[in-house]
Amino acid sequence: MAENFEITDEMRAVIGIESDPWTHEVTTTSVRAFARGVGYTDPVYFDEAAAKAAGYRSLPCPPTYLGTPVFIPGKSNDTFSGPKATGPGVKHGLKNVLDGGTETEYFADICAGDTLEVAGKVSDLSVRESKTTGTMLIVTNESTYTNQDGVVVAVQRGQALFY
Amino acid sequence: MPLTYDSFKEGDALPELKKAPGVTQLVKYAAGGGDFNPLHHDFAFPQSKALGSIIIHGRFKYAALGELVSNWLDHGGRIKKLSCQYRGMDLPDNEMTLGGTVKRKWEEGGERLAELELYVNNAKGKNTTPGSAIISLEA
Repeated sequence: MAENFEITDEMRAVIGIESDPWTHEVTTTSVRAFARGVGYTDPVYFDEAAAKAAGYRSLPCPPTYLGTPVFIPGKSNDTFSGPKATGPGVKHGLKNVLDGGTETEYFADICAGDTLEVAGKVSDLSVRESKTTGTMLIVTNESTYTNQDGVVVAVQRGQALFY
Repeated sequence: MPLTYDSFKEGDALPELKKAPGVTQLVKYAAGGGDFNPLHHDFAFPQSKALGSIIIHGRFKYAALGELVSNWLDHGGRIKKLSCQYRGMDLPDNEMTLGGTVKRKWEEGGERLAELELYVNNAKGKNTTPGSAIISLEA
């Protein structure tokens, strides 16, 4: 639990600095794995014939699924599967993390066969008092997803709560 | 049947979706979504011990809200924006009821749009994961 936590100028300095892009793959197998993990029964997310009959190029990404980051031991985060190199990062010294919220904006469809380049940045920092966890630092991360044709297909903003 | 713009009105409720993921389902979600935080599968993990249980991934609930909307659309339109906030923790094997209502529908720039208000109610009826969506519908 954090007490007397304050956002420093050093923490604020990382806002807006973009990470190097990292590749996310969307494959028929990865779409099925995500849809199965959520518990979908809609055949459009599992059966290519059903997907094509519904008007898609191949299996579409279920909502909130934006491809699977390519995993490379040593370069990837072993817990969260994304790249270790996610930009400068906020040096706050808080040990625990919870997910605060997520927002995704879609600009075009994403289907199996697509390859997305994903660049992230810290877009905002704030603090919030919580009855159960004390002072929390809220870090808003924004990731931009660009497909193999150079089209920005989605932007996702996530809030991580550190305490 | 794919959803059409004329088939619903403001105030309509989406068909509810019930979910009670157990540890095995959360492990499947971890594999599909890539979040292997032990807080979502390992009862011996210090943060799980401190909380008294593992907890459902916030992102699982977010994805389940996506499933709710996807089921309703039945590919008759697409999601333009989907968001939620993780206000409360949900525990495995506890039933969650996901639902939503049509807050607004309108036409703009040749698009037929609707805004949805979404919820994930726990067994006690508390909305742990309020959300919203904007969808675009075909004619």
